[in-house]
Amino acid sequence: MTALALRLPFRAFGRSAAAPAALPSPPLGVTAKGIVKRFDDRGDVLKSVDLDFKPGEFIAIVGRSGCGKSTLLRLLAGLDQPTAGDLGAVGHDGDPRVRIMFQDSRLLPWKRVIDNVGLGQKGGWRPLALDTLRQVGLEARANDWPGVLSGGQRQRVALARALVSRPGLLLLDEPLGALDALTRIEMQSLVEDVWRRQGFTAVLVTHDVAEAVTLADRVILLEEGRVALDQRIDLPRPRDRSHPDFAALEGAILHRLLDRRD
Amino acid sequence: MSGRRDFGAVADRLLPWLLPLLALAAWEGAAQAGLISSRILPKVSDVAAAGWRLTASGELFTHLQASFARAGVGFVIGGGIGFGLGLLNGIFPVAEKLLDTTVQMVRNVPHLALIPLVILWFGIDEEAKIFLVALGVFFPIYVNTFHGIRTVDAGLIEMGRSYGLTRWELLRHAVLPGALPSILVGLRFALGFMWLTLIVAETIAAPSGIGYMAMNAREFLQTDVVVLAVLLYALLGKLADVIARALERRALAWSPAFQNV
Repeated sequence: MTALALRLPFRAFGRSAAAPAALPSPPLGVTAKGIVKRFDDRGDVLKSVDLDFKPGEFIAIVGRSGCGKSTLLRLLAGLDQPTAGDLGAVGHDGDPRVRIMFQDSRLLPWKRVIDNVGLGQKGGWRPLALDTLRQVGLEARANDWPGVLSGGQRQRVALARALVSRPGLLLLDEPLGALDALTRIEMQSLVEDVWRRQGFTAVLVTHDVAEAVTLADRVILLEEGRVALDQRIDLPRPRDRSHPDFAALEGAILHRLLDRRD
Repeated sequence: MSGRRDFGAVADRLLPWLLPLLALAAWEGAAQAGLISSRILPKVSDVAAAGWRLTASGELFTHLQASFARAGVGFVIGGGIGFGLGLLNGIFPVAEKLLDTTVQMVRNVPHLALIPLVILWFGIDEEAKIFLVALGVFFPIYVNTFHGIRTVDAGLIEMGRSYGLTRWELLRHAVLPGALPSILVGLRFALGFMWLTLIVAETIAAPSGIGYMAMNAREFLQTDVVVLAVLLYALLGKLADVIARALERRALAWSPAFQNV
């Protein structure tokens, strides 16, 4: 049963008797026009950003600190409202089709792992939550307190919590930024894995260009509140970091990222 | 092997009581040797005898019951209002703006200084004592509930909102459990204030209760009963603390500070 659930596309066990609950959202595209975000104390963090993410695409947004990449993601999640511009169908707080994963796991420390995964779920969510925990390899920790988990395990629980409502758009706000290098690579392949199985649209904000090139269909470079580069990555998956094409793309994006300083 | 471990566990439990027991032994020895006049401090055995006498006559139980009733009613009223107001002011900034300044001003008046006024208002009946206890309990609960709610991790609230929790669910799953450690600290303080206020209130004027028992015994120069009352307060205070700690351990089982305890 375990092996079966792992191999089947995520949608398949939603119909099985063992795991009822939420209907999966179809992959959600993003079409945003002229997004401006102004903060009183920081000025215009985003100056007219246009986005066009196809349903099911994996997008990585890179840029220097303060370029507005996290701000943009918060707008997509509906945690903040844009000063001007049109976000299309997304940007509503609490939209069940959209889930965000934060850099800090933000698990409720007073709820056991399984109850964190089922947060906000209605009805018989337990079997589905367990199935989702199994997908991130933490089924055995279902009844532990988050306080006893390692940083990487907490992020896997946070991923399960984001996936359990079967979102059409998953927003990742540097969720791997605080992890050690090995755990990071493991998490990257886990994220890629669930994305390929479930087919949601993914938007990953990261400062790590190699991570962006490993995961994304398109890498978007934000610079001073504008889209400075929109690079398609056509390498076959799973991607080999030691491949010359990989290195060339990573080098080109890094070069572009550092370029403006002169 | 296991016998030694058992011995270790028993010793662990008894160790905190070693100092009080030694103090009692030294006291009894000094009294027996005639170093202390029984007018100043009666023998431990006399106090125990007084305790036994009062228990057998049922008098002690009546007084304990009266004190417990006052403490309980006052605690529920004062704690309830403190918790409710702390919740209100913690959640709604408008309520805080409106009420907190007033509450802080009233807080800085020592509530025992109100005794003359309280006697004028309520006479010397039960209401006066319950009012004083409620007042003493109110502030620690209020302050710590308010503080607990205000210091709940804003990131968790934001997460809850974006994961579709309703306002009620946010309160239940994120705000209240986050504020609980602080509320329980307030509870422990409140239990201390509860006894303190009760003792003072009962020694002023009461027809029953431990404080009354002590004051009454003083009139008849029964030092042993007075000392018994003091020891009872110490035990009751310890009991309240044990209950509060058990509550903490149960309610905060998730916290790393309480794991493996």
